[in-house]
Amino acid sequence: MVARWRHLGTYDLAYFIVRNSCMIQTMPIMIDTAQLRRPFRAVVDSLDRGSMAELINRVAARKDAEAFRELFQMFAPRVKSYMMRQGADATTAEELAQETLLMVWRKAALYSSDKGSASTWIFTIARNLRIDRLRREVPWQELPEGHDEEESTDTPPDVAVVERERQKRVQDVLATLPQDQSAVVGLSYLEGLSHSEIADRLKLPLGTVKSRMRLAYQKIREAVEDLK
Amino acid sequence: MKITHHPDDATLMSYAAGSLAESLAAVVSAHIAMCPTCRNEVRVMERIGVALMETLAPASLTRACPQMALRAMEAEVGTPLAIEADPLSDIPSPLQHLAGTRIDEIRWKRLGMGIWNVPLKLSHVGDGDLRLLRVGPGRAMPEHGHGGSELTLILRGCYSDEFGEYWPGDVADLDELVEHRPMAHPKFGCVCVIASERPAKFKGLFGRIMQPLTGL
Repeated sequence: MVARWRHLGTYDLAYFIVRNSCMIQTMPIMIDTAQLRRPFRAVVDSLDRGSMAELINRVAARKDAEAFRELFQMFAPRVKSYMMRQGADATTAEELAQETLLMVWRKAALYSSDKGSASTWIFTIARNLRIDRLRREVPWQELPEGHDEEESTDTPPDVAVVERERQKRVQDVLATLPQDQSAVVGLSYLEGLSHSEIADRLKLPLGTVKSRMRLAYQKIREAVEDLK
Repeated sequence: MKITHHPDDATLMSYAAGSLAESLAAVVSAHIAMCPTCRNEVRVMERIGVALMETLAPASLTRACPQMALRAMEAEVGTPLAIEADPLSDIPSPLQHLAGTRIDEIRWKRLGMGIWNVPLKLSHVGDGDLRLLRVGPGRAMPEHGHGGSELTLILRGCYSDEFGEYWPGDVADLDELVEHRPMAHPKFGCVCVIASERPAKFKGLFGRIMQPLTGL
């Protein structure tokens, strides 16, 4: 099967879409069987999330090119491998990684560290760009100001510390998921497969795929609940 | 707005992962624009994506950080395709580029039997079905099973089926095994947006007659 990635100029960012994708059927299928057999483990030490937020703030405040370069070096290689895992060839993946980081440059002013982690923000940009590249036609709608966030009444004393802790707990739960749950979560998040496609791939009923997803999420939600 | 029916956690996860079918994702976006609870769930679910991205070995880059491009981009203008905000809008913002901003301005196509609809255009890769549906007061939708998953978001009025009552903001999240017979509210009728992963299969005489005509 051949991926239907279209080649576009690196800075052709006129369109963008809210989220999500179908169409994974047309993407190459790459199951990393090693990944399916063992639980997820971060291959590198977690990024220093406190300083990432600060780098983004520096980009936002004064278009600090040095701060941007650091962000780029931190994220672009990982975003590239995410894109490749989702079915993009190396050239397209690198281009999408560049676009993702350039979007960070452009939109840094919209990021606010009390609204969530910097890495989550960058992940959502990467994910949306991937979807957009698949769909092209549908213009991305900016959500209205303030839409995305609830007013936080009790701001944690140290946002960055809580943020690190939260992300670490998510990683810990993922690393200890039973194999059947980590397989469906990986196919959904990394291979970009819909539940129906996962069901086909693993020869499982759709309901089983969904319940494994739910079980995995319940553990994660419990693990971060007290940090909300 | 009191929302009591939410999408399934598995549906929200697929949305957060970016792997939900386009038609279903449109409905989830519209729902989370109305539902702070699900918005927060999705944010937690996005962390899974971040954590998994970190399990991937970083790929080596062939090109350096594009410093020059940054300067070029500073000269660029604008946000893409912003729709002018409509203070009286009653269509959730993620659907406005497809459906306009007001329910009363929708140009309905009549299907008969007290039912109107408007198919909404998906991108070239979207093979599901997304449409607005208006069902007159007390009217029933024909019974149908589902090809894959189906999501219904109520925009106005109410419908009820075997699973309860659905008011604006509520989502019915049904999979392929479910057959139901939604009935529009006897007084208010119902306006909703329905997404299916595949075309819905109507049963019974009405469905057999209507399906070739409507594509529903």
